[in-house]
Amino acid sequence: MIKKISIVLQHIFLMLLSILSIFPVIWMVIAATNKSVNVTRGTLTPGNYLFENIKALLDSDLLYLNAFKNSFTIALITTVLAMLVSSAAGYAFVIYRSKVRDMVFNIILLSMMIPFAALLVPLFRLFGKFNNIGILKYISINTLASVVIIGVATAFLIFFFRQNTRSFPKELVEAARIDGLGEFRIFLSIFMPTNKAVYAAAIVVTFMTSWNSYLWPLITLQSADKRTLPLVIAAMGSSYTPDYGMIMTAVFLATLPTALIFFLMQKQFVAGMTGSVKG
Amino acid sequence: MNKKKVMESFNRQAWIFIIPSMLLIISFVFYPMIQAFITSFQTGTGTNLSVNGIDNYKRLLTDTTFRKALFNTLLYLFVQVPIMIILALVISSMLNNKKLKFKGFYRTAIFLPCVTSLVAYSIIFKSLFAADGFVNAILMKVHLISEPISWITDPVWAKILIIVAITWRWVGYNMVFYLSGLQSVDDAVYEAADIDGASAFRKFKSITLPMLRPIIIFTTINSTIGTLQLFDESKNITGGGPANATITISHYIYNLLFKYSPDFGYAAAVSYVIVIMIVVLSFIQMKAGDKND
Repeated sequence: MIKKISIVLQHIFLMLLSILSIFPVIWMVIAATNKSVNVTRGTLTPGNYLFENIKALLDSDLLYLNAFKNSFTIALITTVLAMLVSSAAGYAFVIYRSKVRDMVFNIILLSMMIPFAALLVPLFRLFGKFNNIGILKYISINTLASVVIIGVATAFLIFFFRQNTRSFPKELVEAARIDGLGEFRIFLSIFMPTNKAVYAAAIVVTFMTSWNSYLWPLITLQSADKRTLPLVIAAMGSSYTPDYGMIMTAVFLATLPTALIFFLMQKQFVAGMTGSVKG
Repeated sequence: MNKKKVMESFNRQAWIFIIPSMLLIISFVFYPMIQAFITSFQTGTGTNLSVNGIDNYKRLLTDTTFRKALFNTLLYLFVQVPIMIILALVISSMLNNKKLKFKGFYRTAIFLPCVTSLVAYSIIFKSLFAADGFVNAILMKVHLISEPISWITDPVWAKILIIVAITWRWVGYNMVFYLSGLQSVDDAVYEAADIDGASAFRKFKSITLPMLRPIIIFTTINSTIGTLQLFDESKNITGGGPANATITISHYIYNLLFKYSPDFGYAAAVSYVIVIMIVVLSFIQMKAGDKND
C-alpha cells in the first residue's frame, strides 16, 4: 500500500517537473504563432500568425537571414576543423603514448579550468592586433574566422577523443602498418571510419556549442552584417517595445536546428555530453 | 637500429598530430592568461597601458559593484548549484526504477531545456516573466496575486528569477550524467536492499549516493566552473539589474571593457579573481571527494 502511494507521488512529482520543463519551450512555439498583443494577454492556443511574424522578422532591419547564414557557416566550419584537429590530438595521445606527451596532455587539461571571462581582455587585444599582421588579418576582430579559430581545439574535445581512443584496438594500427599504410592514412581511413559513433557524438556537441556561443561573438563580431543568431536575438530581447510574437519567432527558428538534431540523434547527443566522464 | 629509426619516425609524426591543437591552445588560452596577469598590474586601454602596480587589486577591496557581483555569483553558486544537483539526483534515482511507467517521456521532457541556447532561453524567461508577461497574467487570473510581480525590476525577485531560470536549464543536463552512472550499478544491489526491507530514502543514501560519488564530484566541479562564469543569463534576462542586483563577475568584466569607460587593467584584475576562485573551489571539491577513500 505504502509502495503504491509512493509510486503515485513519484509520478505526480515527475509529471509536474516534466510539464515545467516543457512549458517554456511550448510557450515559445505558441508565442511564435500569435500576435504580440495576444501573447501578452496570456494566450495558450497556437495561432495562425506565424507567417506574418516570419515576414515581419525578415522585413526588419535585423538581418536575420544573414545572421542565420553566419551562424551556420561558423558552426559548420568549426565542427569540421575541430573533428580533424582535436580528434587527431586525442588519438595521438593514446596511440603514441609517451611521458612527454602525457605531460602535454595534462597541461592541455588544465586549460579546462580557465574561465573564458579571464581571457576576454587579452583575446580582444590580441585579435585586434591581428589586423596588422599579414595573413592573420583574416582571423582578426570582426571576422567570422575569429569565432571559428577559438572553437577548433578545445581541451574538452581532445579529452573526449582520448577517452574514446583507449578502447580502439591497437592491433588494428599494427596490422595496418605491416600492410604499409602511413600513420595519417591509418588515422583517416581506419580510425575515423571505425569510430563513427564517437564522431557523431562529438559533431553534435561541437555544432551545438558553436551554434549557441554568445560571449566571444558578442565581443569580436562588431558590425551588423557579421552578427550571429544569438547576437540578433539578444538585441531583439533588449529592445524597449518588444514584439513578443516576432521575438519568439526568431528564438523558435534559431532553436529549430538544434531541436531537430536532438530529436533525431538523442543517443549521440547524450553520449557526446557524458562520454568524457566514462572510461 | 632499424627499429629505433622507425620509433623515431613515429615520434616525429605523433607531434604532427598534436601540434596544431597545442599551438591553438597555447595561443588562445595560455598566452592570453599570462597577458591578462601582466595587464592586471596596468591601467588604461589598448596601446595606452601604463604600469600601476597593485592599485587594481587594491581597488577591488573598495569597489562596491565588484562586491555586488562577487556576492551574486557566490549566491548563485551556493544556492542554485545544490538545489540543481539534489533535484537531478532525486529525479535520476526515480527514473532508474526499471518498472516505472512513462520513464522515457519524463527523461526526454526534463532533458528538453538543454536544446535551447543560453541566449534563447534567457529571452524566453525574460518574456515569460515580464511585468506584462505570461506568468503574471496567469497568477492574476487565478487570483494568487492582485498586482503583477516585478520579476525583473525588483532586486530580490530578479535574483530568484535567475536562480529559477538556471535550474530549469541545467537539471536535465546533470540528470543525464547520473542516469548513465546509475546504469553501471547492478540491480541486484537494489534488490538485496529491498529484501532487507530498506526504505527508498535509505537506498538513496546508502547505495545511490556512494555509487555516484565520482560523478557527483565531476558535476559539482563542472557546475562550479559554469556558475563562476555566468554571463548570458545576467546579460539577457535582467541586464545585470536592477542597479547591479543580479550582475555576475563575468558580466561585470564585460561592462568594464565595453560599457563603462574601458579599463583593461582593472578588468584583467577582476578576471583573475575568478581564476583563483575556480582553482581553490575545484581543489576543495576534489579533496572533499577523496576524503572517504
